[in-house]
Amino acid sequence: MKADDQKRLLREMIFYRRFEERSFEAYMERKIGGFLHLYSGQEAVATGVLEKARCGHDYVITGYRDHVHALKAGAPPREVMAELYGKVTGSSRGRGGSMHIFDPSVNFMGGYALVGQPFPLAAGLALAAKHKGTDQIAICFLGDGANNQGTFHETLNMASLWKLPVLFVCENNLYAIGTRIDRSSAVIDQYKRVGAYNIPSSQHDGQDIDVVMAAARTAIDHVRGGSGPYFIEFMTYRQRGHSMSDSNAYRSKEEERQWAERDPIKIYGDRLKKAGILTDKDIADLEKSVLDEIENEVVRFAEESPEPRVEDLNKYCLDDQPNPQWIGPLVQGDQHG
Amino acid sequence: MADMAYWEAIRRAHDEELAHDRMVIAMGEDIGVAGGTYKATSGLYQKYGAERIIDTPISENSYTGIGIGASMAGLRPIIEIMSINFALLALDTLINAAAKIRYMSGGRASCPIVMRTPGGTAHQLAAQHSARLARMFMSTPGLRVVTPRGPLDAYGMLKSAVRCNDPVIIIEHESMYNMRGEVPDEESFRPLEGAEIVRAGTDVTLIGYNYSVHLCLAAADKLASMGLSAEVLDLRALRPIDRDTIRRSVEKTHKVVIAEEDEAAVGVGAEIISVIIEECFFALDAQPVRVHAADVPVPYNRLLEKAAIPNADDVLAAALKVLGRV
Repeated sequence: MKADDQKRLLREMIFYRRFEERSFEAYMERKIGGFLHLYSGQEAVATGVLEKARCGHDYVITGYRDHVHALKAGAPPREVMAELYGKVTGSSRGRGGSMHIFDPSVNFMGGYALVGQPFPLAAGLALAAKHKGTDQIAICFLGDGANNQGTFHETLNMASLWKLPVLFVCENNLYAIGTRIDRSSAVIDQYKRVGAYNIPSSQHDGQDIDVVMAAARTAIDHVRGGSGPYFIEFMTYRQRGHSMSDSNAYRSKEEERQWAERDPIKIYGDRLKKAGILTDKDIADLEKSVLDEIENEVVRFAEESPEPRVEDLNKYCLDDQPNPQWIGPLVQGDQHG
Repeated sequence: MADMAYWEAIRRAHDEELAHDRMVIAMGEDIGVAGGTYKATSGLYQKYGAERIIDTPISENSYTGIGIGASMAGLRPIIEIMSINFALLALDTLINAAAKIRYMSGGRASCPIVMRTPGGTAHQLAAQHSARLARMFMSTPGLRVVTPRGPLDAYGMLKSAVRCNDPVIIIEHESMYNMRGEVPDEESFRPLEGAEIVRAGTDVTLIGYNYSVHLCLAAADKLASMGLSAEVLDLRALRPIDRDTIRRSVEKTHKVVIAEEDEAAVGVGAEIISVIIEECFFALDAQPVRVHAADVPVPYNRLLEKAAIPNADDVLAAALKVLGRV
């Protein structure tokens, strides 16, 4: 990988971290409502996997911890932040919020709050790609907790049976909200659960973006090559609680400290410094340019954008401009039987 | 005009839409090689192949979800659920996803799926095959719910549903698949909205949907033999409800009976009475009467089942009550 790309990747991960931390601040100022699930600590997974995908072409779908997946897939950061603010300029026009970022213009097909629901939706996106004969694949990011849903087993079975071009990415951050994995899954290694469905799977370090990219390359080549689905498990850790109301009482300070040492931005930044690609000053400059961009381009846009109009409350419930041939009105006396 | 069975009408609509648009697919349990439990897709597997007539495993929630995902990427899936009772397994993907995706994406994504499923009592199928559940779907914003009463609507509404950009639930009926009726030879469509006056009358309005329209028609015949003129209104769509047609009929007859095959609580009749009260309360000359199923799971025993489900005599009795003849 070229040095320019390595620098870009580091900047992207720093940008995603600052984006999340800045939204945390806005939440504390009550400018963002609802639930807010932050991705801090897991950046290498979405960044690394999607670096190896064809964003804008491939379909990407995920759960409710969705900001960074949307950003890396190509959703404009200012629109994602505006969505968190509930503004009409937001990715979902203020109707979705943090958990439901959508940008179909880049084939980011949404964040979903029902744990495990994106499994079949992703397989459906893959079915459509296969039916249309494109070389698109669908990439489904979900946490380890989602694997305890029936949709996991049902979808893996059908995806394998029908050889659908879908990549399942399991971001194993060890906790399903506050329940640790060894208390919720009879099998600790999630990639082993997939073997029953005749789907190749593997487990990797999710904190090292170089490891993530190498694993993603193999998996994406397999899926795009027409060999059917693939399942990759990345071991990772969220630095913040499940959402804003989380007391973090279920995990130890020592455990958090150990994982903080394996911060994906630190790991990659250190590597680039060691290779002589960046200096400490370069990284400080990167940090500053990211902060400037987030403040001046992203947050300002969200703050200054208008709210949706209350008159538009019912808009988007159904197709706003239906073809009368399918909908009506019905001509009375037209019946035949 | 061709005389055909309800199942043949559904099969014809599938065939025409599959031929018209390569993005149309059908999926469900036993619909392909086996030809469909109710023959509604018979012969189509041979004609269109396994890629478009997809036999699914018994995984209702996820194959519905796969259809939804495919629809977001441009396909037009017709999803068959073998019995509406099994649709309960698919409520997550249907109600939490399909019904909400357009709205929560701010109109940027849509789910043009069709879900077909029979909801009704047949003959002694007992509690887990006899649910009706129309009321569950009709209360969900983001869905369209239609209830074809015969072959013409079964054909034309399925065709409209495939082309419509919204998720559409088509509630069929296990006892109606062999019902016959006329369908035009040339291709045609029937709208997904609008109640229909099936029989004009002046003394009382009998409101039904799906199978219960036929109970209303039978009751209307008996009333006619007694010199009483009943208007029969087929709701056709349970979501959205055609308030105008209901109001106009009630303003003409001033008396209403609503016949539903489901239990009464929080149901179709409850909703229609609310509509009438909101639209034209002062047009009523008598309090509306609901005809509905007994408030129990449907029993197996033939006599008990018969007692649990409304019939045409129940509609007749209700009409005579609102007409002050008892």
